[in-house]
Amino acid sequence: MTKSFSKDLTAFIKDTLWWNLSGGLGYQLYLCFLAALMVLGIYAYFIQINIGLAATNLSNIVSWGFYIANFTFLVGVAAAAVMIILPSYIYKDKDLHKVVIIGEMVAIGALVMCILFVFVDMGGPAKAWHLIPGIGIFNWPTSLLTWDIIVLNGYLALNLLVPTYILFCHYHNRKPDEKKYRPFVFISIFWAFGIHLVTAFLYQGLPARPFWNNPLMGPRFLASAFAAGPALIIVLLGIIDTVTTFKIESQIFNKLRRIIVVAAIINLIMLFSEIFKEFYLPTHHSLPAIYLYFGLDGHNSLVPWIWTAIGMNVTATLTLAFNPGKNNPKVLFPACILLFLGIWIEKGMGLIVPGLVPSPMGEVVSYAPTWVEIAITLGVLALGVFIVTMLLKPALIIEQRFESRNTAAVG
Amino acid sequence: MDCRKNKDCLKPKENGRLKAKQYGRREFLKGAAKAAALGGATMLSGCGTGLLGSNDEFSLRWKEYFKKNYRLMTPAEKDETVRRLERLAKIRTDADIQMSAKAPIEGVLFGYAFNVTRCEGYMECVAACVKENNLDRKSNTQYIRIFEMEHGEMSPEVGDGKYFHEVPVEDHFYMGVQCYHCQNAPCTKACPVKATWKEPDGIVVVDYDWCIGCRYCIAACPYYGRRFNWNEPQVPLEEMTKKQHYLGNRMRHKGQMEKCTFCVQRSREGRLPACVEACPTGARVFGNLLDPKSEIRFVLKHKKVFRFKEELGTDPKFWYFID
Repeated sequence: MTKSFSKDLTAFIKDTLWWNLSGGLGYQLYLCFLAALMVLGIYAYFIQINIGLAATNLSNIVSWGFYIANFTFLVGVAAAAVMIILPSYIYKDKDLHKVVIIGEMVAIGALVMCILFVFVDMGGPAKAWHLIPGIGIFNWPTSLLTWDIIVLNGYLALNLLVPTYILFCHYHNRKPDEKKYRPFVFISIFWAFGIHLVTAFLYQGLPARPFWNNPLMGPRFLASAFAAGPALIIVLLGIIDTVTTFKIESQIFNKLRRIIVVAAIINLIMLFSEIFKEFYLPTHHSLPAIYLYFGLDGHNSLVPWIWTAIGMNVTATLTLAFNPGKNNPKVLFPACILLFLGIWIEKGMGLIVPGLVPSPMGEVVSYAPTWVEIAITLGVLALGVFIVTMLLKPALIIEQRFESRNTAAVG
Repeated sequence: MDCRKNKDCLKPKENGRLKAKQYGRREFLKGAAKAAALGGATMLSGCGTGLLGSNDEFSLRWKEYFKKNYRLMTPAEKDETVRRLERLAKIRTDADIQMSAKAPIEGVLFGYAFNVTRCEGYMECVAACVKENNLDRKSNTQYIRIFEMEHGEMSPEVGDGKYFHEVPVEDHFYMGVQCYHCQNAPCTKACPVKATWKEPDGIVVVDYDWCIGCRYCIAACPYYGRRFNWNEPQVPLEEMTKKQHYLGNRMRHKGQMEKCTFCVQRSREGRLPACVEACPTGARVFGNLLDPKSEIRFVLKHKKVFRFKEELGTDPKFWYFID
């Protein structure tokens, strides 16, 4: 029994590795490009290790910046997989079930990036073991950061567990036992909401930062994530449809589009509600919002970004809602990219920096990342894309083989 | 008072200074074997520059890397780490420091009051603090900030914290800010590894070596009370304050959080913090809140006092008052 299992496992691993490494010239160049970005990131990280976080433009006022902005946004991308998992496993949606594996793989890549962004932001990465319960001290449940560590790693484990089991079964042309994985699917659905709420609470729970100390933050995180995540998946499905033999049916795009529209509209309503509160009768606590939207004391580096983001959000939401191209990829994909980038700006830098400026002592400063921060960020993003590629390529081959074998058997 | 004279430290077998001399070749080889397994972890810990240095230094650094959180150390372990740090300072920079791990005194709860009427903005307190607490000269780290305020306002948020001219300026007054050592400190709640906490005598401290540098405490602090070491701090040897405390003015490293400790190395010895001692106008009052005869209690009883951002419920132990 165990012997045959280990044999099965080695075959599985061997084939996945082979599938990942083989490919045309374009594929090899793509991998080289990602590797180059990762090497750049590692080089920049060594510089940061050497001279300390002084290699960044962070300061005692803007103490979190580009890394944490990207972390926050990517938590949303990871959580968004639930928008496909939920209908496909609970409502037995056959179309979405076909792409559920893609959502889960994107979540894994996003989670690895999240964890790495927090890691590169740490002043003492060598002391990360201080967090491990038993040998270190884990300040749970008091510190929200410990909650975040639990939910992120837990969600990563869940998203590794279920798809690996299903793929492993499909690889050996066996039907996965639904009783075995269904409980984990249910947990992962609740967990997905958890990772994003906990990350919002990380900010929301700080009375020191009026811009963050806002009960709408958690729900808004969810709404924006459920718009940006599926938007990314639509684009990804489009790419898969063109570069691989794995074909995506058009109704899948339509279903995902509808999910995005609902989430994006809720997101805009909440944004409007926030803006109303800040600007109808502005208080001292509205200064961060003024800093973000209009600039304060001549510091207005975020202003063009946030208006671009809002413009992108509104345009994309309207386009997706009225669907003028009738799901024509030439309209659908740019709209999804627009929405994704808009939310990235707004929920990344547009959320983190105004939380910290003006400082608790009222000082206003500007922040823009250094090349080291940008290089490390590119490296982490490249690693994430690499991981998603490495997971998806064999997964799609296995799924396709399983499907063709089974339909052949039925026929 | 030096820790070595403390009762806790009078166990000859536990005496770190004696033990330190025994760190020989065998000890090093033992350490080296473990190091091979861990690879560059110690290199990453960010202590010092260059290669690992002598065998002795390597062994000391190895033990330092794997030491516990300060609060979990036994008195003997506290004494050992303090001795190791003294020896490391000697090896690395030839500095003869005396470090203490003196515990809080029972029946003491420190409090601070700032006389807004008296302060004239000379910033002697800032200079004394930088000197006493070995603050980084490279990044010009300062725990205390003085805000120049126009009449008609009473919150440092609207004052000028960067003034550079002759003081006092007419029609202006001055307000000093620093860590307020809150009773309900949001920073200590935020820390994921319990590297910062409130001591029984009310001082909010950081275990620099336990801090992982995530900076969540900065985000949680409503008073701009905490400072991060963005680069490796630099203090010229001749300017260094050699009498140090583990939780106080000992040398920090890059990637660690630090903050005002009410000069724990002085206050636990019954001395005033450097800022209070340096103030030329007598605007700063410090003392034991549990002692009814203390000056701070007199101020709280007889002056009209107020606290900054009282609505946040942090219960700072730092009051402002007006003559």
